[in-house]
Amino acid sequence: MITKIAWKNIWFKPLNTALSIILLTASVAIITLLILLEEQFEKKFSDNIDGIDVVLGAQGSPLQLILSSVYQVDAPTGNIDYTEAKKWMKHPFVQSAIPLAFGDNYRGFRIVGTTPEYLTKYGAEVKDGKVFGKDFEVVVGSSIAQKMGMKVGDKFFGSHGDAEEGEVHDSHAYIVTGIASPTGKVVDNLILCNIESVWAMHDHEHEEGAGAEEHDHDHEAVADAHSHEDNDHEETAVVSEEGKEITAVLVKFRSKMGIVTWPRIIAQNTKMQAASPAIEVNRLFSLFGIGLDALRYLAIGIMIISGISIFIALYNTLKERKYEFALLRVNGASRLQLLSLVLIESLLLCVTGFVFGTIVGRVSLVFISGSSEDEFKMSFNPFQFVWEKEGYLFLLTIFVGILAAVIPAVKAYSLNISKTLANA
Amino acid sequence: MIQTKNIHFSYGKGSDFRFPDIAAVSGESLLITGGSGKGKTTLLHLLGGLQRPKSGEVIIEDTNIATLSEKKLDHFRGKNIGLVLQQSYFVASLNVLENVVLASWLATGKHATDKAKHLLEQLDLKDHLYKLPSQLSIGQQQRVSIARALINEPRLLLADEPTSSLDDENAFKVADMLAHLAKQFGTALVIVTHDQRLKDRFPNQISLS
Repeated sequence: MITKIAWKNIWFKPLNTALSIILLTASVAIITLLILLEEQFEKKFSDNIDGIDVVLGAQGSPLQLILSSVYQVDAPTGNIDYTEAKKWMKHPFVQSAIPLAFGDNYRGFRIVGTTPEYLTKYGAEVKDGKVFGKDFEVVVGSSIAQKMGMKVGDKFFGSHGDAEEGEVHDSHAYIVTGIASPTGKVVDNLILCNIESVWAMHDHEHEEGAGAEEHDHDHEAVADAHSHEDNDHEETAVVSEEGKEITAVLVKFRSKMGIVTWPRIIAQNTKMQAASPAIEVNRLFSLFGIGLDALRYLAIGIMIISGISIFIALYNTLKERKYEFALLRVNGASRLQLLSLVLIESLLLCVTGFVFGTIVGRVSLVFISGSSEDEFKMSFNPFQFVWEKEGYLFLLTIFVGILAAVIPAVKAYSLNISKTLANA
Repeated sequence: MIQTKNIHFSYGKGSDFRFPDIAAVSGESLLITGGSGKGKTTLLHLLGGLQRPKSGEVIIEDTNIATLSEKKLDHFRGKNIGLVLQQSYFVASLNVLENVVLASWLATGKHATDKAKHLLEQLDLKDHLYKLPSQLSIGQQQRVSIARALINEPRLLLADEPTSSLDDENAFKVADMLAHLAKQFGTALVIVTHDQRLKDRFPNQISLS
């Protein structure tokens, strides 16, 4: 009954109530969104670097190398010579090394030349059909298959580079031989083939000849020759791969020693770089962290304001409601019942605000997920509940509610009914 | 019934009130008159347990309410004392019926909805059950507060200037209703007022001076 009165009371002043609830909703929504984003973002980022100790690639920004070759979001730093890379892939420290060659895309989804090991690394299995074997055979990631409705046996043409609108390689069609199982990792949004397919696709293009590209390649060839002077033997042994390039190599070491020593060895001996995803991702997070902290302070600020708004609303109405309270006392209500009436009113506002905030936060995550899916092939799950952190948030909201109600509630508790009614 | 013995009250220096002993049995009405500053409202608050006397006894049925604990007094007041004030106050967000039912819930923990409806009908408020109190006229509000005061069939019904803000017609209507209902429920009725119009209506009178 007290709760019912409290409920009716808060809706008796709809504007005050709306203001308090909107403020609470805003702050809870922002914090919920932050909690979910942080949790899922970190999880997605760390899931994808599982089992990758360093990435070997062309010199440039190490962060860019990691983003492009591990998360498939940025442009690659450049290409590296396959023969040269291969030498390092056989280094005694190395446990496994997966080469990656970027070439084309299909409707914005990257086509990546690699080995079947790449699938295993991300825990993906070939659900339908079989893994790619011959040139131009591809395995399609689960999300792509779902979105584009691709089946085993489908054929398609890739477009050059990253851009969806790139020049179409219409001389060779890719053929889908397998669909990968869903993993929740980058592989879901990739089309995988063997490295030779990427080479073949582009060799063919080169025969048709573009002057500028020819020039580029000459230049690289000179550079390569220079750095390979003492590797003649190996180069001749794999003639077919001579002058061929790949984009990056994902390396896992036998022991953690490699993580420390390799980047230096690579930097001293080659024109390549070895970047550690763990270090780069940490760097990225600490950059994000400033922004996230700012948002968090903003949300806490709004929550304090909503607490003040509840306080003012309760305190202002207390003046006109003191007769109401006196009357409740006359009718047999105890001091504690009045105290709890005020507290419950505040808590109802807070709980309502929290519920709305949780919903609004998740709805905004759906929108964010939609745009991040388009841009970065990264989606977020709005239905995940981070019980611990959201539990703390709930307690914080309740605490704000109690704090805002304390003074009005005590005033109601200590109301002198005789004086109140006599002065009427 | 109600009985007082030697009650004395003080708001502090220079404002001492010594009240004559009063008594009213069930079903009987008592009018207490007196000019401003004579302690009419103070006496009513003492009788209703809203104030405690400095000394003396206020005995309702067999209970001396002057010595009850705060919590027990709240409970006793809700159950045994009905109060009608000069100006009517309500829980503004609840409708007329809910306000009356609330009084029964606060005192007994039960929702006496049917009884409240019946009582409000008797007080000519049948058409206003689901309106908010603020939508009623002053006279109608006064009748709602009478219904609320009587919902728990109290042993004592106290009325503080129940008619002073009403016109003649409504004043007599309210006075009649109070007297009639007090008889019906077997309640002792004590009215404090300076309203001359009521002096002819109630033969039992005490004047404070």
